[in-house]
Amino acid sequence: MLEIKNLSVSVQNKIIINSLNLEIERGKKVAIMGPNGSGKSTLSNVIAGKHGYQINNGKIFFNGINILELDPEERAAKGIYLAFQYPVEIPGIANSSFLRTALNSIRKYNGEKDLNTREFLEECKDLSKRLNLDASFLSRDLNTGFSGGEKKKNEIFHMLMMKPKLCILDEIDSGLDIDALKVISDGVSKYSNENNSLLIITHYQRLLDYIKPDEVHIFNEGKIIKSGDYNLVKTLEEKGYQEFV
Amino acid sequence: MTTSETAKIVEEASEYKYGFTTDIEQEFAPKGLNVDIVKFISKKKNEPQWLLNWRLNAFDMWKKRKYEMPKWANLKYDNINFQDIHYFAAPKSDEEKPKSLDEIDPELLRAYNKLGIPLKEQEFLAGIKNSHKVAIDAVFDSVSVATTFKDELNKLGIIFCSFSEAVQNHPDLVKKYLGSVVPTNDNFFSNLNSAVFSDGSFVYIPPNVKCPMELSTYFRINAANTGQFERTLIIADRGSYVSYLEGCTAPMRDENQLHAAVVELVALEDAEIKYSTVQNWYPGDKNGNGGIYNFVTKRGTCLGDNSKISWTQVETGSAVTWKYPSVILKGNNSKGEFYSVALSNNMQQADTGTKMIHLGKNTSSRIVSKGISAGKGQQTYRGLVSVLPNASNAKNFTQCDSLLIGNDCGAHTVPYINVRNELSDVAHEATTSKISEEQLFYCRQRGINEEDATALIVNGFCREVLKNLPMEFAVEAKKLLELSLEGAVG
Repeated sequence: MLEIKNLSVSVQNKIIINSLNLEIERGKKVAIMGPNGSGKSTLSNVIAGKHGYQINNGKIFFNGINILELDPEERAAKGIYLAFQYPVEIPGIANSSFLRTALNSIRKYNGEKDLNTREFLEECKDLSKRLNLDASFLSRDLNTGFSGGEKKKNEIFHMLMMKPKLCILDEIDSGLDIDALKVISDGVSKYSNENNSLLIITHYQRLLDYIKPDEVHIFNEGKIIKSGDYNLVKTLEEKGYQEFV
Repeated sequence: MTTSETAKIVEEASEYKYGFTTDIEQEFAPKGLNVDIVKFISKKKNEPQWLLNWRLNAFDMWKKRKYEMPKWANLKYDNINFQDIHYFAAPKSDEEKPKSLDEIDPELLRAYNKLGIPLKEQEFLAGIKNSHKVAIDAVFDSVSVATTFKDELNKLGIIFCSFSEAVQNHPDLVKKYLGSVVPTNDNFFSNLNSAVFSDGSFVYIPPNVKCPMELSTYFRINAANTGQFERTLIIADRGSYVSYLEGCTAPMRDENQLHAAVVELVALEDAEIKYSTVQNWYPGDKNGNGGIYNFVTKRGTCLGDNSKISWTQVETGSAVTWKYPSVILKGNNSKGEFYSVALSNNMQQADTGTKMIHLGKNTSSRIVSKGISAGKGQQTYRGLVSVLPNASNAKNFTQCDSLLIGNDCGAHTVPYINVRNELSDVAHEATTSKISEEQLFYCRQRGINEEDATALIVNGFCREVLKNLPMEFAVEAKKLLELSLEGAVG
């Protein structure tokens, strides 16, 4: 589904990602773990198309198309979703209307007609119930005044409504209590199936205990320095990053 | 004309979709301003002697001002040559005033249809079931051309007509209230308007009547080199209610055109007036050529106890906007509100705000101002909150927010607060923010392109004001904001 080939990225002439190769297959859950400053968040931003990064070399293929040429909204329309580490606040726009605008924008891009508003709202209510989110969640302004945990839950809520093909969770577990962590891991297990893929970027093993990734890569200085399966998480837990760096 | 020129003109025309001119026969007064022109206008309107005298007195006062336009606002504009303007322009077919809507020049009807303003009542009635009824007075250059739903309003004793008609048919009301809120000599432009005003709307709501539909006036400047000086007077008698909306557009012309209106509102005991404006005069081109100079004096008096006046404005047009819709809170327990969204894109400049003058006891006022600057636009909020010695327990809350789009625009806030009663409570909050790269990236990651994302963020920023507009007009205002923002990003 996603194929990163020989990717090198720098910011202000400092190399952040260095000749990275990574493949995420359809239906797989892949985790990237690494210490702070290892280039994990840069990777998720580059996949999603954020400006301000200098691509020195390499390609990123998504279902066979090199997406480095595409605008962020085009990548989103093709099914790439990024759950943000720091979701932004937009005052005056209800969470549900933001979500509806997003979904309709993507539908328009793909030549589909607008959502039926009533069906959309019913799906929203239904899902928020299943995730144990308060009903006011939908009518509150997007992320405005949300607690850290609420913002992260909202990212998962959007993910489930938007049904992307590839979801990138960028440090979704930072600063979360156990309850929020539970909601998020429930959400992820609702999302995951054989047709879509998940890229989990994290510093801690905690979330991975719930999600159980198929593949684990340890990232340092913009490179994968060790790959393995879920057992690698346990090794890392016991020995720390020092062992690999 | 070369192909590229044609393409350019078409492109420009699409930016301001109301920029067409209407080719109808018009009658003009000669350019320039002198006693004879004032007399000419008055005669054209068949006015009584007292009104002519009122105008002549105003003209005398204005002459003493020696063309010295006010310079205190944060606005840059060329001096206006007041002798190079037509002070009266009328569609020729108006010579013999149409007796019914069917007799209106079809070219005029077409002009209003292009603006999306149906003047024929049957079009309303044939519209969607349960659609909202809106009575409309349409002012084309210097004269009112049509007022709809008159009969239905007459049954309730509501008077909604052109100002000229009111002078003929309701002289007592006009004489009593004209100039009672905005004195002739109040400022340069109200003074000029008092001498040469041509037409406008007049509304009277009798005691204890709630006006069952929105009343609306659409102003259109069509003729070149012509100033528009309309005068609107709204009186809400005891216990009555009215919601009034004005909209305005003008053709695209290379020269600046002057619009200097005066609006006076009077709310008697327990009465409420809600006045909404969607101002979309031609803003000029990207380089600041042309556009309307909008110098407007709007003021209301809460004359009776427990009365309320609420101004809501969405200002997206004009090259220069100079406008401070105000409320004099004279009656005890009276309320004043000012909700404003002003957008300056490209080379537009706006210096706008309000004055809340607390005279009565327990009076309260609320000011919510949202300024949006894009391109090289400059935006100033200027507001006065004044609590006079007798206004015990007066309350004011002011919220003043500015949003910047891009790096070449400016936002300024100039609040004046003058409190002379210790038992009052005045609060002012202000914020300035910028649409951030992070917000835009977040929206784009969700599939919303940059332009739509900007419009979305701006709409959110303005929501508190837009929700005060009547439903249909809120939708129109949203679209207008989106249109006015085109080209502001990227």
